[in-house]
Amino acid sequence: MSRLDQIVPKIRTKNAGPFWLTVDIFCGERRIFDHLKDSLQTDQVAQAFHQPIAALKRFDIAHLNVIKFSLPRIVVQGSRADRDMHASQWAWLVGGIEVPTP
Amino acid sequence: MATRVLIPNGAIGLGFDAAALARGVRMRPDIICVDGGSTDSGPYYLGTGTSKYSRAATLSEWRALMLARAEAGVPLVVGTAGTCGTDSTVDWMYDITVELARELGHKVRIARLYSSQHTGDVARGWDRVRPLEPVQPVTAADCEGLTNIVALAGAEQIGAALSAGADIVIAGRTTDTATIAALPLQRGMHAGAAWHGAKIGECGALCSTNPTSGVIVIDFDTEGFTVTPMAEGAACTPELVAAHMLYENADPFILHEPGGHLDVSRARYEALDATRVRVTGSTWVPAKDYTVKLEGARLAGYQSTILALLREPRYVQNAQAWVDRLSRFLDEQIHSRMGLTAPKDYTLDFRLIGQNATLGGLETAAPTAAEVGVLAIVTAPNQARASEIAKLANPFLLHYPLTDDEPQATFAFPFSPADWARGPLYEFVLNHVMILDDPMSAFRLEVTEVSHVPA
Repeated sequence: MSRLDQIVPKIRTKNAGPFWLTVDIFCGERRIFDHLKDSLQTDQVAQAFHQPIAALKRFDIAHLNVIKFSLPRIVVQGSRADRDMHASQWAWLVGGIEVPTP
Repeated sequence: MATRVLIPNGAIGLGFDAAALARGVRMRPDIICVDGGSTDSGPYYLGTGTSKYSRAATLSEWRALMLARAEAGVPLVVGTAGTCGTDSTVDWMYDITVELARELGHKVRIARLYSSQHTGDVARGWDRVRPLEPVQPVTAADCEGLTNIVALAGAEQIGAALSAGADIVIAGRTTDTATIAALPLQRGMHAGAAWHGAKIGECGALCSTNPTSGVIVIDFDTEGFTVTPMAEGAACTPELVAAHMLYENADPFILHEPGGHLDVSRARYEALDATRVRVTGSTWVPAKDYTVKLEGARLAGYQSTILALLREPRYVQNAQAWVDRLSRFLDEQIHSRMGLTAPKDYTLDFRLIGQNATLGGLETAAPTAAEVGVLAIVTAPNQARASEIAKLANPFLLHYPLTDDEPQATFAFPFSPADWARGPLYEFVLNHVMILDDPMSAFRLEVTEVSHVPA
């Protein structure tokens, strides 16, 4: 098994407006994309954010070799409990997901 | 005939490559469009109706753009002026523009497009307001308590400002894309291309190999659009351009705008040469109702903070236990000395910088740092109470022991006074759209002529 951030070149998280979080996993090449399309489970990403799987939308975007997830922000941007105004450091959580080594 | 849009950067305040801007002006654009804000910096700006960027930085960039406008002889448009796009920030930007017009000796016709909504009007028209996912628990009555509500203008409202013969359009809150899409749509360019190109261009050169250079040009026509970066050596590739649909967008194929949505699921991206990308096949899908998105913010209390630093290894290793014990102790002290109970009367949150300040309970990594920053955050209904609680907590953040039976500890305070009054905390409230019969009915347009008056 490998950490996701050891096999893809970039993982980006970002606000998509104050109420949504979007996660872009840039696989870099088709071989990695095809591998992760099957081996990265949506449930793993849901668990990283402690959210139910039904909260996540998943997009496997072959022409960009990108796997994208979007989910309602766990706390609304800028509210008292928010810790990351731009939601950019949450990428680290996704990077730590364990997947089979390609 | 194509419509050429010059985009200097993703937002005023970010800066741009001056040589690239000059090159863009030489390409004889039909319009210059720039964004002035977004919600990304948080609710404070909408809550207060103020700009995130300094007046000096905005003025210096706007001077360069006003000079570019004068040289090109085409309209200059800023959307979401002053970060949040309230009427107050439109007026702030207008004031800067008038000052510069006088300095530069420019005679200009300025259109101000106002996007602020009267809170009472939104509350009374609540039957015309629809929630978006994720649905927020907001009622019509809640609207009355918001400090600011803005509606996001689309291409129709920007188009109205251009039709008024404006040299400069200072728009309040608009969608990120509206300023760029407006003129191509008005001139009958392909609607899917107009919105798609606008989305690709809204962050300036972010869709190129040199994102910080800022400047790009987009040519819109009746079948598609072409993106060209202006910086020396910069290139757009089909992958970079296509990937920009991912950015800050929950759905990479669909973008909702006033009056419909863009669908790029069948878009084709093709390299014309080493630097330019051609895009065709995007679709605009008109909606039954004309809707504009609403944004609102309200005051959610006042905050004071204290930062204490732990370096003693035993405290670093037991930082969470220390904070848990301190938190219980302080709640008791605040209750006995001030008669206040959390969370009804105040909240006191601790974040351990170096352990889990960023991710909180989601953090999975074991802490390894040699020191820990303990950020105490007091939130209360008014600043006086927040400051009082912080002052009460101050000596305990400095000295509180891990156990009862040990010599007094003293931690590091980087500042005197240790407590900061952070001022008001605002929160975003609305995630809704409002149905309009007439796109202009929620917006106001004011047009004025400004000319240099010799002293």
